[in-house]
Amino acid sequence: MMAKNKDSRRLFLKRGSMLALAGFTGLDIVFGENMPEGYVPVILEGDDPFKLFNKHKDMSLLNDKPWNMEAQAHLLDDRITPESRIFIRNNGLIPEKADPKKWTLTVDGESVIKAKTYTLDELKSKFKQYTYQLTLECGGNGRSEYDPPAKGNQWTIGAVACASWTGIRLRDLLEDVGIKGDAVYVGYYGADKHLSGDENKVVISRGVPISKAMQDETLIAFAMNGKDIPLVHGYPLRMVAGGWPASTSGKWLNKLVVRNKVHDGPKMEGSSYRVPCESVPPGAKVEDKDMCIIESMPVKSLITYPQSGAMIDENKQLDIRGHAWAGEFEVSSMKYSIDFGATWHKCELEKSANRLAWQHWKAKVRFPKKGYYEVWAKATDSNGVGQPMVVPGWNPKGYLNNACHRIAVKVK
Amino acid sequence: MKEDKFIRLIERCFNALLAVTIITLMFPFAAYYFICTYEGKVDNEEEVVVEQVMKVDDGITTDDNEILNGVHVNSGLIEDKGYEIVFATCTKCHSAKLVTQNRATREGWESMIRWMQRTQKLWDLGENETLILDYLSKNYAPEKKGRRAALSNIEWYELKD
Repeated sequence: MMAKNKDSRRLFLKRGSMLALAGFTGLDIVFGENMPEGYVPVILEGDDPFKLFNKHKDMSLLNDKPWNMEAQAHLLDDRITPESRIFIRNNGLIPEKADPKKWTLTVDGESVIKAKTYTLDELKSKFKQYTYQLTLECGGNGRSEYDPPAKGNQWTIGAVACASWTGIRLRDLLEDVGIKGDAVYVGYYGADKHLSGDENKVVISRGVPISKAMQDETLIAFAMNGKDIPLVHGYPLRMVAGGWPASTSGKWLNKLVVRNKVHDGPKMEGSSYRVPCESVPPGAKVEDKDMCIIESMPVKSLITYPQSGAMIDENKQLDIRGHAWAGEFEVSSMKYSIDFGATWHKCELEKSANRLAWQHWKAKVRFPKKGYYEVWAKATDSNGVGQPMVVPGWNPKGYLNNACHRIAVKVK
Repeated sequence: MKEDKFIRLIERCFNALLAVTIITLMFPFAAYYFICTYEGKVDNEEEVVVEQVMKVDDGITTDDNEILNGVHVNSGLIEDKGYEIVFATCTKCHSAKLVTQNRATREGWESMIRWMQRTQKLWDLGENETLILDYLSKNYAPEKKGRRAALSNIEWYELKD
């Protein structure tokens, strides 16, 4: 009865949860000491994550500590994904405050001639700004389909988005700092906090090889869809490396390191964002030394209209549409099938707005007679590599599932 | 005589007026006093209640312990032997959703624990580890999915132009 009193409940949670859990379990809570003072998992405060992060009500919440949320295919129908439909991927806790006046970015590492620090204003005023539509997809998008299952957030198909990003070129920044000839990799560090509460523990620090860092479209961004980047997506500053696992696009960016070897920050090693260099049977144990870092994401597509489950009248033509993308490459053809891959039909495919933006496609479908159908979509990239209809090669962490998307349709 | 009466009348009126004024002036003070003491009582009660909840439940309020259809409502964990220890241990750092959305064999769950101990500051679970592994491997065991599962949970709707 008393727990219904919001204030006393809140007070109780704040004062009691850590200490009380220890009593409840008889465990020695090692983390208790490290937990930031007064930190209460946000979900316990009764906040609504959809309001908190300005997300569409049909987004699905996979995890609330850390926050992870994905879209459904039909939510991604826009050509440029609006904030409300962009997936949320976090490895740690979102920084509570980000003061743009005090925010700085330091560029350091073995391969810089001299470390340099910039304020946000300096970055915005000193360098030319560029805007690109860039596809960001979580390396683990589609993980839920792997068998045997892979650990981690069980993404289905919605951890992908293509927003419009504005910022400066990483290349221009590196040239201004001055880098040595032995530079191999650029690693990032951000202001997010480790789940354990340990202030000294880095949540995630990945990055890209110099060749990717030097591309025109690799940005240090401060705006998304024409506005300041929302806090959950990295305000006030983040990397955006389109076409690569989104974990290479570090959020809340405050430090870059130019390395003379492959960057070795947390989540660069072991099975994180790495797959077996040589394919393995499902469920195999793979040694760390036999794992290779994921670079370009594979070719993939989505049917964003209609939503799966559409019932239409016989003799009615069905308009279908969606997007296709191919990591570093271009999508060169797009096809659909209504007979489980027995026959494929061409879709109309647009060129991308710029390199690394997803491409839009559409088609008109006629069904021969009444019945249950599945519309399958398949993209093929400029190297002639297409999407598989079954789940592709198994890997320990369940990355890179680019199997064809399909929707159910009933003709009455 | 008439004058006396008049003076007495005036006096009575004055007295009445004085009484009314005094009462009127006193009222806000009385009300203020009343409100203060009343709120004070509420405050005290609440404090006592909070202490009681902490003592009685030792960490989880009645609401937080609610089980519905065999599931711990607050976390989504399946109610079975050891769920309390799993809840208390795992949600120290991450959401219970990270447990409930995953499936693994006993060996798989053990390797996740070892990984968290190696890299995420998870402590030695002592004798609780067996209990936790029993619970996880029983309630969150892998199911065969094959190479591609059939579409499921389709929500049918009439598509109008």
